[in-house]
Amino acid sequence: MSNQFEPKLVAFLCNWCSYAGADLAGVSRFQYPPNIRVVRVMCTGRIDPVLILETLARGIDGVLIGG
Amino acid sequence: MRAYAETLPNVVVADRNLFTCSQDTQEKIKEYIREYDLNRVVVASCTPRTHEPLFRETLREGTLNKYTFEMCNIRDQCSWVHRDDPEKATEKAKDLVRMAVAKARLIEPLTDISVPVNHNGLVIGGGVAGMVSALSLAEQGFKIDLVEKGDRLGGQALNLYATYKGDKIKPYVEDLVENVNDHPLIHVYLNTTIKDASGFIGSFASTLTDDNGEKKKLEHGAIIMATGGKPYRPKEYLYGKDPNVLLSLELDQEIMKGSDRIRGARSAVFIQCVGSRTPERPYCSKVCCTHSIHRALTLKSLHPDMQIYILYRDIRTFGDREDLYTEARDKGILFIRYDLENKPGVEKENSRLKVTVTDHVLQRPLEISADIICLATGILPSDNIPLTKLYKVSATKEGFFLEAHMKLRPVDFATDGIFLAGLCHYPKPIEESIAQAKAASARAATILMKDTIEIEPIVSVVNPEICSGCGTCERVCPFGAIHVIEMDGVKKAQNTPASCKGCGLCAASCPSKAVDMCHFSQHQIRAQICALA
Repeated sequence: MSNQFEPKLVAFLCNWCSYAGADLAGVSRFQYPPNIRVVRVMCTGRIDPVLILETLARGIDGVLIGG
Repeated sequence: MRAYAETLPNVVVADRNLFTCSQDTQEKIKEYIREYDLNRVVVASCTPRTHEPLFRETLREGTLNKYTFEMCNIRDQCSWVHRDDPEKATEKAKDLVRMAVAKARLIEPLTDISVPVNHNGLVIGGGVAGMVSALSLAEQGFKIDLVEKGDRLGGQALNLYATYKGDKIKPYVEDLVENVNDHPLIHVYLNTTIKDASGFIGSFASTLTDDNGEKKKLEHGAIIMATGGKPYRPKEYLYGKDPNVLLSLELDQEIMKGSDRIRGARSAVFIQCVGSRTPERPYCSKVCCTHSIHRALTLKSLHPDMQIYILYRDIRTFGDREDLYTEARDKGILFIRYDLENKPGVEKENSRLKVTVTDHVLQRPLEISADIICLATGILPSDNIPLTKLYKVSATKEGFFLEAHMKLRPVDFATDGIFLAGLCHYPKPIEESIAQAKAASARAATILMKDTIEIEPIVSVVNPEICSGCGTCERVCPFGAIHVIEMDGVKKAQNTPASCKGCGLCAASCPSKAVDMCHFSQHQIRAQICALA
């Protein structure tokens, strides 16, 4: 089990919806795997494609954009 | 975590607290700022969506620029959602703190943007909550537009007989309507709804339309939503088929009229939780237990020998309303419990109604002959969905408006400058609607009284030296907040901070990277990513 691949993910979340949703998941005590790191943005419109490429280029296995 | 945080670049001191938002910790943060001559502060705790303003204020009081603060969400988005894996949750928390520190190193002091405030207020809904809100603001000297979709003021209170303490509601509502109509600062628009809306705190623009389709555009600095509610109208229990089957509000009207139906009745059955606390509408409507018991006592006082039965699932006569329950039992009103799987039946039998119910104590079916049946149905919101879209405010899945935070901002929407009061929020008794209306109007007044208001400077900035004037930003901006203008004979983009919502589309789209976002700069976001990878 210890050798099993565990992806490291970055989520860019919109402050007004998905980030609030991620907070609500916490308030509701929903459980999900701890593989994800959230970067808060004021709107997903702010996500320059360069930021996604840079995230992947630096070895992050996947990018989630929620907005 | 504390020891780890202290190892991060530029961190000179790290501390842990039981409650970082508590008053004494705020003082401690200010002391640290002085003692270590800090110029950036990171708090790792709950969510910036609720607590960032508090800590920014602490920094300001600690004489730092309030935007030199970064918050790291290790509760709502870490410890609470990874309860079963504390080791990995701690690793994640370390990553998040490292990312926050990396961003904090690059954040810059900013100055709030000042925008002018329109001193007029808009109240949507002419029921008790709306009228109290309007009157309370008008009494403080603000000009108020009160918009009501129906043809009269008063709302559901017009149908209510008395409060649980026995005060008659009708005279109070009539007084309120008169005061609102007579107030020189209140303009009432009947048969009117909101067609269109735009703007933000301090300067909203709403387009009203009346039944004839005539439109009028009005401007306001703050808005109160008080759109009210309505009773659920069931198809069951012969409602709508037999005139002696009444909703709670209909029973009140019969009592107020002193109708023959009430005068001739010798037996009454109340059925509680009709269409309420079901899988479809799981919420409790709060007022119905008290209302039915109180009205049963009213009937008992009119006809002391009337047989009255209350069929209930749970009795929730909260607070000192419990006295009514005790009084009802003393006066011989019978309470029979049923459950959702075994609901009562209602049939017509000769000229009377026959109610069948299985008594949970006797475990036997009972038959009750009734002259009138009162259905305590759940409270539904008005159709708030169009307003949620127009004003970008939230609602629950049942359609009730949703406040920004139950404890921190209980009458505010998450959208600044818009407030709520009354049944549109959730079912509640009239005195709570009135209290909430006064709270909402006090909150609205904190905006309306100002000449200008400070808004967050999380907006775009253009570097004119790099800008090629291509106009991509102007084309993508949804708010018309960035335009290409001629500067010394050269085309350059120029932003309008007051209109900018900080979405960052311009920054993401700019081919020359001449546009960036304050507080969410390319640089800062890259630093977060680099710190993680």
